[in-house]
Amino acid sequence: MNENIKAASSKKHEPRFHIVKRDQMKWQKAWAIRFVAIVSALLFSALITVLLTGVDPIKFFSALVDGAFGTSRRRWLLIYETSILLCVALALTPAFKMRFWNTGGEGQVLIGGMATAACMILLGDKLPTPLLFLVMIVASVAAGAIWAVIPAFFKAIWNTNETLFTLMMNYIAIQLVGYFCQIWATPKGSGTIGIIPNGQFPALFGNQYLLNVIVVVALTAFMFVYLKYSKHGYEISVVGESENTARYIGVNVKKVIVRTVALSGAICGMVGLLLVAGTEHSITKNTAGGRGFTAIIVSWMAKFNPLYMVFSALLIVFMDRGAKQVTTLLKLNDSFSEIITGILILFIIGCEFFINYKIASKSHKEDKN
Amino acid sequence: MNNVPAIELRNITKRFGTKVVANKNVSLTVERGEILAILGENGSGKTTLMNMISGIYFPDEGQILINGEEAVIASPKDAFRYGIGMIHQHFKLVDVLTAAENIVLGLKGSFNLKKAAEDVKRIAAQYGFEIDPMKKIYAMSVSEKQTVEIIKVLYRGADILILDEPTAVLTPQETEKLFKILRKMRDDGKSIIIITHKLHEVLAISDRVAVLRKGEYVGTVVTAEATETSLTEAMVGKKVDLNIERSLSANTPDRLIIKGLTCVNRDLQKVLDNVSFTARSGEILGIAGISGSGQRELLEAIAGLQHIQSGEISYIDPNSGVLENLRDKTPVQIRDLGVRLSFVPEDRLGMGLVGNMDITDNMMLRSYKAGNSAFLHRKEPRMLANEIIESLEVVTPSVSTPVRRLSGGNVQKVLVGREISSAPTVLMAAYPVRGLDINSSYTIYNLLNQQKERGVAVIFVGEDLDVLVELCDRILVLGSGKVTGILDGRSTTKEEIGLYMTKSTAMEAEENTAKEENADE
Repeated sequence: MNENIKAASSKKHEPRFHIVKRDQMKWQKAWAIRFVAIVSALLFSALITVLLTGVDPIKFFSALVDGAFGTSRRRWLLIYETSILLCVALALTPAFKMRFWNTGGEGQVLIGGMATAACMILLGDKLPTPLLFLVMIVASVAAGAIWAVIPAFFKAIWNTNETLFTLMMNYIAIQLVGYFCQIWATPKGSGTIGIIPNGQFPALFGNQYLLNVIVVVALTAFMFVYLKYSKHGYEISVVGESENTARYIGVNVKKVIVRTVALSGAICGMVGLLLVAGTEHSITKNTAGGRGFTAIIVSWMAKFNPLYMVFSALLIVFMDRGAKQVTTLLKLNDSFSEIITGILILFIIGCEFFINYKIASKSHKEDKN
Repeated sequence: MNNVPAIELRNITKRFGTKVVANKNVSLTVERGEILAILGENGSGKTTLMNMISGIYFPDEGQILINGEEAVIASPKDAFRYGIGMIHQHFKLVDVLTAAENIVLGLKGSFNLKKAAEDVKRIAAQYGFEIDPMKKIYAMSVSEKQTVEIIKVLYRGADILILDEPTAVLTPQETEKLFKILRKMRDDGKSIIIITHKLHEVLAISDRVAVLRKGEYVGTVVTAEATETSLTEAMVGKKVDLNIERSLSANTPDRLIIKGLTCVNRDLQKVLDNVSFTARSGEILGIAGISGSGQRELLEAIAGLQHIQSGEISYIDPNSGVLENLRDKTPVQIRDLGVRLSFVPEDRLGMGLVGNMDITDNMMLRSYKAGNSAFLHRKEPRMLANEIIESLEVVTPSVSTPVRRLSGGNVQKVLVGREISSAPTVLMAAYPVRGLDINSSYTIYNLLNQQKERGVAVIFVGEDLDVLVELCDRILVLGSGKVTGILDGRSTTKEEIGLYMTKSTAMEAEENTAKEENADE
């Protein structure tokens, strides 16, 4: 502190830079900044790759694109992965808009998948297929909703911290799945559930992934309208912005919290259904695959707008799949692709700072003394 | 005495962002042994300017000279080094510590609390403060806390004192006491800068007045040569009519009857204690009291937002004369009873409106539920928004501008406009002019008067006693949650209200100290 004062008395302590909040920026300019951020992220990750591995940067980019779009199968995988990630992001969004930080998407997806798998294993040979599907849908949606409502209920009544609570629920779900993987293991003792023969969703028009795409398109449209034009969506915004205002206008805050989070969990549960019955036909601890967390970024990057989420989900999946191809090509391990995806996310989130603030330097006149 | 001013500001400019210029080219001087009042409306840059002298902000351009030498004040520590101390509007004290502990808190080196307490007593005696250095902050009244803040600054050797709106929280009697002390300090050679927007106080205390308008320095006048009208003109930039019309309604039937209302907070302390009164149609009932005396709780209890421990709230329907019980009803249930109760809460953007929503969406806060559709109808709210923008002259780029981007006065017009639009029979407004400039304030007073003339029972919680005395038909005074008096607005004076305001707090304070002493034994 003494140094400060000395510095002040010698008149060299004037701050040279300061951060200034911007006025509302034109959307074109904001998007230009975001675009620059994405390009910089690509260049930076190429640079990192080149420095670490000595590979030709052209090769890096071509591998990136190849990994995402190279073959028909890869393109479909890109679409499928995007649709699943988007689904989870859409599920989290109403809760986020209400400032309820649902970090439990992972667990809600898993428990939905668990419920699906349980129906397929236990009822698969007992019920006719249409009825089995119905039971699977109800069970998965209900399981996801219940998993989310437990923390919501505690939040509404005792104002517990939902971030920690939903996070903890993830671990319970993961361990539950681990437990049942032992119980239902085929063959016994292997610790894994093999392909479950009954209750698999049929491939639409011979395409295993099409169902997901249809579901997610419908869900995106629904969520956009729900949040923007419905009375429920309005209540969610009011509760999120200010609980006091909600009380003032007579909104039952507890009810809105529980209802919204139940919806959030229900959609997550449905994602579990799509994963287990639609594509994987089995379940492991990794079925949700971290999407519950990645979806948080997708939702935030899109500023909770369901339409923008299509792009943010696509971008993240593109980077992820592209980076995996780069990794394979360079014979590195999985961590490397995560570094590259991490760089992209850092740049995209970081660029929001430059949209909201600018750095101003001070004009100096003191040199004259 | 030499002629070098204690502080000289030269061409100070401070910007926030690109558009907001909080201070533009301000140059002024503060002499030794004088009280300079800085006068200006809210948002005119008074506090920003003072924050630059006390090291909280750093000017973008310009120089500050202390005792004739250029000073670089980059932190509050630097400011103290130059002998500058600021007493902020919101106190910065640790509740569980004593006055003496708070005063030495943050000083370097070891300290002797006993000696500190003696020093505090010596300073207090010198200027006529009343203070007990060993009293804990939480047991103190607002004016005592302010005393601690002032002594804290003096203890650190400040001879330039800046007081930001020091009288906002004081009763007229306490204000008079503070002014006496300030005069004594001035006579002792200290320079005092007092920020305020209350004209009569400026005239009472200051030697000179520096006026700011929209961040620009208008000029300095010698107080003896100024009048309320001339200062207002300088401050606003045009002539303003400072009279509030008060009509006398011929017919004032009872509208809202409160009997024995008692509410407790989370710590089970009574925030409202056996409150009884009647609000009448065609009348403005003022509610006065030191802030935090139960005003907010009272209005929220009536609006159905507070848990009520005991008592009755009854509403008399103007058409049928039927008595409706409002106690333990939610806002929605009250509305469903057909009671048109409007409420302009104190916290405009945190309760009355949603800052991030646009004007249209804020219009439908109260009405969005109407109808069976699951979807919102934005057509009528948009029309209402346009109507209010036009009739109340709300300055806004468009109806789809988020309300938080509007200025304080315009935010309040949107809120009051919405609440009036439902043709209320009871209108409650808590501090509706706080933070508003003079013109907007008078717009709000006029709106309240119009409602009164339409036969609305208006309940107005205010802090400016001059306004309460001019505007209200009756004034209810709250002290620590109790009704200490209901006065006739036409015959009472603000001194009388001031006496009633402190009536029960004085009793409380005595009780508190008695308790403390008992606990010590």
